[in-house]
Amino acid sequence: MTLRDILIKRRDSLVKKWFELILETYPEDSRDFFRKQKNQFANPLGYNLKEGISGLFEAIVEHGCDREKAAPYLDQILRIRAVQEFSPSVALSFVLDFKKIVRNELPGEPDEILAEDLERFDRDMDEMALHAFDIYMKCRERIFELRVNELRNLMFGALERANLVSFPGEEKQVKENKI
Amino acid sequence: MADVPKPEELAKIDHTPPETPWMETPTVFKDGMWCYGAKPQNLEAVGMPNPREWSPKDEDWKLPDDWKEIVLDGMKDRLGRFRSFKLFMDICVRCGACADKCHYFIGSGDPKNMPVLRAELLRSVYRKNFTLGGKLFKKVAGARDLTMDVFKEWWYYFFQCSECRRCSVFCPYGIDTAEITMMGRELINLLGCNIDWIQAPVANCYRTGNHLGIQPHAYVSMIEFFCDEIEDVTGVRVNPTFNRKGAEILFITPSGDVFADPGTYTAMGYLMLFHYLESMGLDITWSTYASEGGNFGFFTSHEMAKRLNAKMYAEAKRLGVKWILGGECGHMWRVVHQYMDTFNGPPDFLEEPVSPITGTKFEHAKSTKMVHICEFTADLIRHNKLKLDPSRNDNLVVTYHDSCNPSRGMGFFEEPRYIIKNVCNNFYEMPSNTIREETFCCGSGAGLNAGENLELRMRGGFPRANAVKHVHEKHGVNMLACICAIDRAALPTLMDYWVPDVEVTGVHELVGNALILDGEKKRTTDLRGEPLPGMEDIEDEDL
Repeated sequence: MTLRDILIKRRDSLVKKWFELILETYPEDSRDFFRKQKNQFANPLGYNLKEGISGLFEAIVEHGCDREKAAPYLDQILRIRAVQEFSPSVALSFVLDFKKIVRNELPGEPDEILAEDLERFDRDMDEMALHAFDIYMKCRERIFELRVNELRNLMFGALERANLVSFPGEEKQVKENKI
Repeated sequence: MADVPKPEELAKIDHTPPETPWMETPTVFKDGMWCYGAKPQNLEAVGMPNPREWSPKDEDWKLPDDWKEIVLDGMKDRLGRFRSFKLFMDICVRCGACADKCHYFIGSGDPKNMPVLRAELLRSVYRKNFTLGGKLFKKVAGARDLTMDVFKEWWYYFFQCSECRRCSVFCPYGIDTAEITMMGRELINLLGCNIDWIQAPVANCYRTGNHLGIQPHAYVSMIEFFCDEIEDVTGVRVNPTFNRKGAEILFITPSGDVFADPGTYTAMGYLMLFHYLESMGLDITWSTYASEGGNFGFFTSHEMAKRLNAKMYAEAKRLGVKWILGGECGHMWRVVHQYMDTFNGPPDFLEEPVSPITGTKFEHAKSTKMVHICEFTADLIRHNKLKLDPSRNDNLVVTYHDSCNPSRGMGFFEEPRYIIKNVCNNFYEMPSNTIREETFCCGSGAGLNAGENLELRMRGGFPRANAVKHVHEKHGVNMLACICAIDRAALPTLMDYWVPDVEVTGVHELVGNALILDGEKKRTTDLRGEPLPGMEDIEDEDL
């Protein structure tokens, strides 16, 4: 039995443990709500984390750490965590946490079969963590862009509408102000 | 310059937050969550206390020596003046019904964003200083002293509440947590610690009549710019009047409609509607003095809200109009509906509003003499007074965001939907627990739509965006309609982050697109200059 077979067999338990571990990065008083409220609109955080983790599991385990397949799910989780309290390392910690979860699942399985698989899995997960970092940074950069765009649109829009600026190539002339 | 952590700090790997009780969990000011402090000139402009250069990130907030007495005296004064405040301090049983209803909590998981706990920040000090149980049993009774750390914690979290009142819908006792935030902010303002994103609009509004400090000639210029744009799109010249004495109706709208996209297209919709109705007997004027419907005084103190609101009736009296028509705004309507009549009314010099077109008496506005433009337009449509071509909006698949204040502040649900359904052919509701009285805030209300706190706004708006994303994926929704200027300013950025294919509009922009004006040319674009459905080729040829 390969590592992939073992993980697929234990899918539900692994996904649940992974979800729990990501919940642990939130304050204790809040975890119950994210865990128990099943309505996706009343609890968008819990819903998106769960969906994201589940999709990520498929991409990692069933599709051999397919980065393209993982991207939308990483985005689903990291877009949220990029605007929450976390430092970048904590925001991304859940990716590498999967290694810990997998190792905790394995005692009892024959080592010799798994050694090679585990080495590849570790390498793949490290790659996935770097991929996640790219996505996280895109979200953060988007925040910076949006911050600049808001200010730029407000200032230039107001100046233009007040007829206080004139740009090369524009036909409109500065009109005489009337009250 | 960002704070760069030292290697030994980075080596401390712990992904779980502290598990201390809330009173012992220190509040850490995180960048992206807080707004800049009020500048001294903006405090001085309206005679508010303690003007000085300061930053919330500073250790020393430069408060007067007797700051604690000032705050506690202020609390005592308000407990005596506002029965609701006293009740809300006493009657909460901490059932938790409100805990998971706040968009900031749902989007962050920070327990101090639970409305019950945000209120406890204030209640704990109330208990310690104003109740026997709190004085005797202190921490056991949930009481604590007012310290500088506590004051800063108030500041951090009362500027993380958008006063949207979603939590109050679920409170079995009817506690209005927004009013607790209002009291918290009033106390904070006693020490000159407002945020500048609120204080600057307050100072500007007091001096020039609107939040951005647009002077009368610039205000007129901006609206004339819209008239040019409307002429380009329709071939029809609209001619609004300003400060015209003897007009029947005064029109007041948030200045966001005049200076910020996409509200500007909504303003064009108003202008087109008024032009359309002119020949039918509408006699309306704009004002360059009452050039702001919004009222950031409302996020500062009751007194400041009253001072800024006064200009509406003052201008109505000066111009001698019969009644006031109000534009698409959020908290302006909460102030009008719940406060204006007792702040500055009743305005006996005005008349009960009657539509000059349909003869409809707006009896609900008998006291305030102010009618919402959506009520006015819905009435026109109901009486078949408008020639509309909804197919001009066929490129739009629309959903409607109930803006918090009109929905929860005045029970205003049907009129905007009625209008949208008459001017658009594609409309889909978001899930029921995210609309109407359960609507989710944009995350930027109550003066929190600054730039420096964008992370707060994005996480606070996440529950709203999540519902928009659902109808975007299910029905192809590409336009989010709303009736609030803060929504129109804040939601585009929220959509850009969470659901990039959805744009934001006011309801009257949709009306403007569908409205068939007498003598108009064949329209090829909408008010944004985008080709109308089926006109894409014509637009290309023009280019």
